[in-house]
Amino acid sequence: MFYRFRVSFILPVTALILSPLAVAQNQRPQQPAPAKESKTGASTGQKSTAVPPHDISGTWEPANGPQDGVQADGVKAMPNDNKPQHQLPYTPYGEQVFKSHHALEGANAVLPGFYDDPRDKCEPLGFPRMNFYNLRETQILQTPYKIVMLYQYSTTWRVIWTDGRELPKLVDGGVLVNKEIKEPRFYGYSVGKWVDDTTLVIDTIGMMGEDKVWLDTAGRPISDQLHVQETLHRVDRDHLEWSVTIDDPKMYTKPWVAMNKFPMKLEDPHRDVMEQYCSPSEMERYNKLFGEPSSGPAGHAPER
Amino acid sequence: MRRNVIPTLIIVLGMVMFSAPLLAHHGTAAFETDKKVTLRGTVTEWFWSNPHCLLRFDVKGDDGQVSHWIGETQNPVTMTNAGWGKGSFKVGEEVTVVLYPVKNGLPLGRIVTATLPNGTVLDAMKGLSGVRDYK
Repeated sequence: MFYRFRVSFILPVTALILSPLAVAQNQRPQQPAPAKESKTGASTGQKSTAVPPHDISGTWEPANGPQDGVQADGVKAMPNDNKPQHQLPYTPYGEQVFKSHHALEGANAVLPGFYDDPRDKCEPLGFPRMNFYNLRETQILQTPYKIVMLYQYSTTWRVIWTDGRELPKLVDGGVLVNKEIKEPRFYGYSVGKWVDDTTLVIDTIGMMGEDKVWLDTAGRPISDQLHVQETLHRVDRDHLEWSVTIDDPKMYTKPWVAMNKFPMKLEDPHRDVMEQYCSPSEMERYNKLFGEPSSGPAGHAPER
Repeated sequence: MRRNVIPTLIIVLGMVMFSAPLLAHHGTAAFETDKKVTLRGTVTEWFWSNPHCLLRFDVKGDDGQVSHWIGETQNPVTMTNAGWGKGSFKVGEEVTVVLYPVKNGLPLGRIVTATLPNGTVLDAMKGLSGVRDYK
């Protein structure tokens, strides 16, 4: 009697205790439990080897130091430095648009008073320039349906859908999403697919045209026909490689690699990332006190 | 014909030289990066802001005249990486500033180091070196 009671009591209780775990596992097949050890490698002296499958979540920063992702002279793999190997395959129209941009950095930089980078009007940088200017600490969050990237510069985010949906199609007048024509976006429409346990490929289309955004700080152009493909490969637990290919038939005669296995390293999950914003009022004050007088001829003293 | 060319040239040059810049957030071209100036002065404002932080300080010359200097640094994120902060300077304290002056001779420059009254030397270039020095 007592034995039967014990079995009949223990079984349901055990089932109750374990059932939330089973449900949780079923609902989140791609979400491994977060690592309990917050600091590996340097703090423990142990080399990290375990790579969680289908997981790039975490706070990442450039592995070669915080300035490595600034890319002031243009995209990391192809800076505008006049070297023959860094010449981009412009179409005639692409070259024309490039020459119409007046960049402050790179080999074609103009004098400080004559540049027109939309960055300094605090316009949205847009995608993919977010990857090519001030790529600093980047927080990546995952759900079963999407990956969200929180960029430090401009405190900007973008969403990459991983729920199996198809990449929208470019059509006349916009972007075809579920039989509906939608507007182009500064950060486009992104879909990600895991090609193996540690490699995510993201395709993005539907970005703003050449009148709104630049590709990089050297003033390279992109158009609304742009297709960006990113590959994020988690090399080991603490390291990620980020590659970006640009395919824009309106601006370039062939696809080219703008970022090639750019190394990122995992930060402490407790790290509180600082804001880096563009404030029109701060920009105005900076230009009035320092930017304009330092760029102009002698004798134009700033107002005090 | 020739009489028209010279006035036109002068007008065009004048427009180029004295037109107000539309945007003036600049690269390194504005500075004399091969020349460092050391200044001792009194802090009047520490402006912790984007795209660059600004330190305003008054320097008294040998003739008693006061020059109002402004030194810029990198943005707050980079300066935080170098160990600087919003509270690095207090109004009224004496500091020694080493900077690259601007080419046009105005009392403006990019700060290299700033030495506080207690002798602490803040290195403005550290944040550009790839080092991260925050706590």
